[in-house]
Amino acid sequence: MAAVAKRPALPAILLANDLLDGDVVFASAVGEALAWTRDPALALVASDDLGAERLEAFAVAEFGAQRVVDAYLVDVETETGRPVPRHYRERMKTLGPSNRRDLGKQAGEGIAPSGRGI
Amino acid sequence: MYRYDEFDERFVRERVAQFSDQVARRLDGSLTEDEFKPLRLKNGVYLQLHAYMLRIAIPYGTLSSRQLRQLALIGERFDRGYGHFTTRTNLQFNWPKLRDVPEILGLLADVEMHCIQTSGNCIRNVTADHFAGIARDEIEDPRPTAELIRQWSSQHPEFSYLPRKFKIAVTGAEQDRAVIKAHDIGLRIRRHPDTHETCYEVSVGGGLGRTPMIGKVVRDYLPKADLLAYLEAIMRVYNLEGRRDNKYKARVKILVHETGLADFTRRVEAEFAELDGPSINADPQEVARIAAYFAPPAYRALPEKSAALETARAGNPDFARWVEVNTTAHKQPGYAAVTISLKPIGEAPGDATSEQMRLVADLADEFSLSEIRVTHAQNLVLPHVKLSDLFSIWRRLGEAGLASANIGLITDIIACPGLDYCALATARSIPIAQAIARRFAEDARQKQIGELNIKISGCINACGHHHVGHIGILGLEKRGIESYQITLGGDATQDAAIGEILGPGLAAEEVPDAIERIVEVYLEHRRAGESFIENVRRLGLAPFKAAFLELDRAA
Repeated sequence: MAAVAKRPALPAILLANDLLDGDVVFASAVGEALAWTRDPALALVASDDLGAERLEAFAVAEFGAQRVVDAYLVDVETETGRPVPRHYRERMKTLGPSNRRDLGKQAGEGIAPSGRGI
Repeated sequence: MYRYDEFDERFVRERVAQFSDQVARRLDGSLTEDEFKPLRLKNGVYLQLHAYMLRIAIPYGTLSSRQLRQLALIGERFDRGYGHFTTRTNLQFNWPKLRDVPEILGLLADVEMHCIQTSGNCIRNVTADHFAGIARDEIEDPRPTAELIRQWSSQHPEFSYLPRKFKIAVTGAEQDRAVIKAHDIGLRIRRHPDTHETCYEVSVGGGLGRTPMIGKVVRDYLPKADLLAYLEAIMRVYNLEGRRDNKYKARVKILVHETGLADFTRRVEAEFAELDGPSINADPQEVARIAAYFAPPAYRALPEKSAALETARAGNPDFARWVEVNTTAHKQPGYAAVTISLKPIGEAPGDATSEQMRLVADLADEFSLSEIRVTHAQNLVLPHVKLSDLFSIWRRLGEAGLASANIGLITDIIACPGLDYCALATARSIPIAQAIARRFAEDARQKQIGELNIKISGCINACGHHHVGHIGILGLEKRGIESYQITLGGDATQDAAIGEILGPGLAAEEVPDAIERIVEVYLEHRRAGESFIENVRRLGLAPFKAAFLELDRAA
């Protein structure tokens, strides 16, 4: 498995699954560094090639460090002020099963109420 | 039921220890993802959309109450309090954490269960008629055969790296309830017309997915004693000649199709003649040992009819309707098989909560000799119920929301998990099933329509068996939105047929209207006593297509 798939159109965010838990996680900016969050609202949006390359490099490093699997960039819209994947499949990953609104990110699972994801 | 011997027990325990070690090595970096992925798949651990998924094998759909209780416990302790019964009669948990899987596998081993061969290019969990051992149209119980194949195929060194996955189903009845014609190998136990001995009719090359095919008969009457040698001959021909260059052409159905039935059969027979049958076929003593586990249980001698049941029926129309729809005649007088619908209106087909699993386990203990079956239609069966106990069972099921009287009807919909869970899916399945079930929820309407199987898959892999649905629904992606293709005329029984596409794909919200149109054509044209599928066969596709296209124009 390649660490990062082909780059989509920008702007984009980086998502992956946590190796141990399987949860969907998003790369987010913590000061100058990057870290994983379970909160899609906190995903760092890459708007240019430089930003995308930074996310890709993070994906490769984190995959190599046994922290995540299936990391790839997803193209997003940012009109609402938070990144929303353009494709419905990836939107599902930021929400959870549509028949179970009580489960997944849509139910706030793994998302700290005050902002920073856990 | 079959019980593990010391070898089974040791084998499963060793596998748990091996996988625990593999997870530890993955986490400390000794194993890369590329190295680990095939190992986790060999133990039923998939990575889905939102989380990992664990697929647990339920051999030929038979469960004990103890096993079902353990599944309930695992669901509660390590998952989200529910599980999903699949069309391969397995159980999937949608939210396990990789760190917990070794412990879960240990709990499964405690009740003689595992996840081995629920993934990968090997011989998968063997399925069988869910009314095995109890159906009145049964010639012979298929479970001893299924168990023999399970043992033979488990870790078979020659068949662990096949070109592609391989599925075997067995029935011993006249009516095929195990969809054997849509399996890589389908076995039907039948009597030889001259000798009257029970034999196998062997079909090869059935399958759904992107290239649906109906299995073709390679042997009409295979002597039972030759089963394993003959299976081995088929597997060898496939293993040698099946395509490994293109995974979409790697299933045995493609080999049978490309080789031609006559040629394929000739190769199998030649291989069979070369094999040293006696060294491969099971020892008759071992066959007898396995069969003994499936001997009929200690039934009570009861009259054919129950006065208590008749009184309860007369006083309660809802109960009477449930008895009519959800129970099946039993070989043993005074008994019935109860099918518990996991299709309450508006719920995800095949899902059961841990509480529901515990209730079914309790009911099995009290009323069904502690046994449960899982059907390929994603329902559960209490196989040995006294007629006089039906009313108590119905009331207890009703309290748990499990008394839907809809088996075989339009709301008894098969649906794969689809894009709500599955990483391979191209569209959602569950919400489509929910919308159709709500549209046709009224009991009187379901009764008026009668038997009608709707089957929904969220991608071309066809886990939801859409090709063999009377009405099939396939979810695809079309220009960035979910689009649903409707097929008509499929059949999953001994009259197996692949449905034909009715017209252009529909948006999700249009699907219930389309089903409504199709049903209207049937109701308008049906003859007395004619079922939906009989009507479709008689009329052909044209009137249904016309009604469907009208809908398309109206949209």
